[in-house]
Amino acid sequence: MTAFDPFSALLGGALIGLASVLLMLLLGRIAGISGILAGCFYLSGTDKGWRLAFLAGLVAAPLIASAAGYPILSPQMPASWIIAAAAGLLVGFGTRLGGGCTSGHGVCGVARLSPRSIAATIIFMFTAMIVVAIMRHGFGG
Amino acid sequence: MPLLLASFLCGLIFGFGLLISGMTDPMKVLGFLDILGRWDPTLGFVMIGALAVSSIGFALARRRRAPLLASQSLWPTRADIDAPLVAGSILFGAGWGLVGLCPGPALENLASLSPRVIVFVIAMSVGMILHDAWQRRARASREIDQTAAVTASDG
Repeated sequence: MTAFDPFSALLGGALIGLASVLLMLLLGRIAGISGILAGCFYLSGTDKGWRLAFLAGLVAAPLIASAAGYPILSPQMPASWIIAAAAGLLVGFGTRLGGGCTSGHGVCGVARLSPRSIAATIIFMFTAMIVVAIMRHGFGG
Repeated sequence: MPLLLASFLCGLIFGFGLLISGMTDPMKVLGFLDILGRWDPTLGFVMIGALAVSSIGFALARRRRAPLLASQSLWPTRADIDAPLVAGSILFGAGWGLVGLCPGPALENLASLSPRVIVFVIAMSVGMILHDAWQRRARASREIDQTAAVTASDG
């Protein structure tokens, strides 16, 4: 169980929104993490460079926060290696097939009122809720 | 060089946002997705905060003809809801619900050097590469049929 913390959530969300707006204003790109990562695997030159720089910033954030004294917890992952790997495969393949993830569709697309992104966001949130319901309450729970 | 620095800073701000909001904690994400259990509405507020800033910011950004450090703004152009969008979102949602990690927090959590996060990110990258290789093959065979389709990715 986790504690409800609306203030941190709003502030953190605002920073995610700010980063997305800045990336568009400065580089003219949508801050969709799945698309940014996937491009690293087949693009080259500047088009790859800005992607790697963005991802480096993403990974540097907890390291800098930790050095500044902000408590960083190691993420709690499922005990099963197979579930971790299967979930990763589903997320990787699914976000490419669907053209985006929580950031590209959920934040940037919904903010643009794109029907495509709104549909995607409803579908992946609903599916995830069903999977969590089955995993936590479905099997003899 | 200014382009790479700007992109790094955007990633850094994005990462601080995920960290402060609790999105990097899979248990917090699963708490939001667990509507049958003790539902934790926190991540709904993350969406509200993110959308409040991005919807206003994007509306302003639309008025500019070009970004500061690149030649053009690449806004997604597609609006249709097709089968790949639906199928892909179902697969992504299933993986997200299994572990509580979506791509941004998964990559950010690499900093923890948690072996299971590393496995997740490797599997996620393999999933992406497999999809894109399959798409390129499908596109190549379509081009033989002389029906090349122009698509714009969402992000």
